[in-house]
Amino acid sequence: MLRIEPRPTPSRRMTLAAPLLALALTVATGATLFSALGHDPGAALYHFFVGPISDRYGLAEMGVKAAPLILIALGLSLGFRAGIWNIGAEGQLIFGAICGGGVALALYPYDGAWVLPLMLVAGVAGGMVWAALPALLRTWRNTSEILTSLMMVYIAALVLRLLMNDLLRDPDGFSFPESRLLTNGALLPIILSETRLHLGAAFAIAAALLVWILTRHTLIGFQIKVAGLAPNAARYAGFDHNRLIWLTFMISGGLAGLAGVGEVAGPIGQLVPVVSPGYGFTAIIVAFLGRLHPVGIVLAALVIALSYLGGENAQINAGLPLAVTGVFQGLLLFFLLACDVLIQYRIRWRRAP
Amino acid sequence: MTDFLILGSIAMAATPLVFAALGELVTERAGVLNLGVEGMMLMGAVCGFIAVASGAHWIVGAAAGALAGACLASLFAALVLGFAANQVASGLALTIFGTGLSALIGSNYVGTPVDKIPAVLWGLDPMVFAALAMSAAIALWLYRTRQGLILRAVGENAEAAHAHGHTVLKVRLLAIMFGGAMSGLGGAYLSLAYTPLWAEGMTAGRGWIALALVVFGAWRPGRVLIGAYLFGSVGVLQLHAQSSGLLAIPSEILSMLPYIATIAVLALLTTRQQQSRAPAALGQAFHRLR
Repeated sequence: MLRIEPRPTPSRRMTLAAPLLALALTVATGATLFSALGHDPGAALYHFFVGPISDRYGLAEMGVKAAPLILIALGLSLGFRAGIWNIGAEGQLIFGAICGGGVALALYPYDGAWVLPLMLVAGVAGGMVWAALPALLRTWRNTSEILTSLMMVYIAALVLRLLMNDLLRDPDGFSFPESRLLTNGALLPIILSETRLHLGAAFAIAAALLVWILTRHTLIGFQIKVAGLAPNAARYAGFDHNRLIWLTFMISGGLAGLAGVGEVAGPIGQLVPVVSPGYGFTAIIVAFLGRLHPVGIVLAALVIALSYLGGENAQINAGLPLAVTGVFQGLLLFFLLACDVLIQYRIRWRRAP
Repeated sequence: MTDFLILGSIAMAATPLVFAALGELVTERAGVLNLGVEGMMLMGAVCGFIAVASGAHWIVGAAAGALAGACLASLFAALVLGFAANQVASGLALTIFGTGLSALIGSNYVGTPVDKIPAVLWGLDPMVFAALAMSAAIALWLYRTRQGLILRAVGENAEAAHAHGHTVLKVRLLAIMFGGAMSGLGGAYLSLAYTPLWAEGMTAGRGWIALALVVFGAWRPGRVLIGAYLFGSVGVLQLHAQSSGLLAIPSEILSMLPYIATIAVLALLTTRQQQSRAPAALGQAFHRLR
């Protein structure tokens, strides 16, 4: 019979192999699912994974979708390493979008050079504000940050809807719940001509570098690692856990807020009632798929970005429902968590006694 | 008469929360934290709805919802019991997967009407009473039976329970499956009696509120039941304020009430003393060889 037994030390090879194995299993399951839905699996997989990035524009779109995922997942990975679970990044993204977009609309029609920097700062601050309450309640009342940060997502979405119906609605619009279009000066510059790839992608790469330095070369990074791997050792060493909670929540909230204002000042170009297709939740998958490591997160975000594009493409070309994307992403995380068993344990074949 | 109607609508708003929170309570009492309640409720809602929309009796629909919840829960069980995976991450995966899969299989049923579960007494349907009966039954089972004692022992100290000869993984598997079935039942109640319609993401965070209720109720069935009814009344208050139009408050702010109430309640009640009532082994993986 098959049985699992613990390895003496975690396998480094398996740490890297598990995501690839999980991807392969997800694709195989996807093919089965497509045939079950009555589609030719080969063609459906082509529309999903190859079609969207077969030209320059498609590759740039992958970057457009990956940028917010990278920013959010980087922040989340710091908390997850320390066993601190901010799962409300979607709310922090939405509030960052509100604050950043709100600044641009308040200054309308002013179009100066400092509008965009101010928007970005407001977006980061908005994300931090939205992350502050879960961090405060966790450090002050020991309240589960999982539940409070998640409740804040629903509240942020309602705040945005409220503002779209009222304060920030386009006064010249035909009662559509949307803001005015942002002025050109309030939009992130395009970094690849004739595509939608904007400066946010560069922010994402820069953030990956900064997070890598933080985790690899600073005391804070070391404290985060110890707090996650050996909480008791961290306590005996006198590491301030509350400080780590605040720090990880502020970084992840700020980065999610930046991702939010990046959407408003990037591909969307205005405030709308729904500013994200669930990037804040999907980034959780990105963080795990990327092994909570900055380089891994960048690669994982590209894969997940492809799944968004693939879902849209398969809907247009193969008539598949858009919800397939969510199923794929959930499956991928399932398989990944299952494959991760190979890091700590090995599977042995034993004859039954 | 209106007071009576309000009481009835509170009971209907509370019932899905009662089912889901009681299921999660049993799971957590066995030492397993399943954050996938939202996903399991959505799968229960869509499967129950499809069964009834295809002409089945509502009892079959409710059973289909429970079965769907249990099936999804078995995936979670495979991960955390079979592969000793992290419970928090696995629960999140379950919610993401359940949200996507329910949207996928329910896409053809959006806007389809079904017959509401018929009322039997005081204008209330049998599921309302079933939820009340379940909470009494679970309380009795947990505190007055040998099996209930074993379940609690597994949740408090899995190693000791194992040393006593109890199969920890089997107990946890059954507790996870039961929790999934109850969540599915709660979801099916939403789509078959409360709305009664199917819409993507229709649970709107009720799965997470159910998780908060377990903490609020200090892992005790009676207090979880009271908490669910309190939350039901917050929801009904919001609906009445919205429909009466007496208050000049935008509907979005009223819709925030249940979420704000959840945060407030958690902040007020999760003192250290309250948390010391949590099952001691909650969230810890168990492996026979460790």
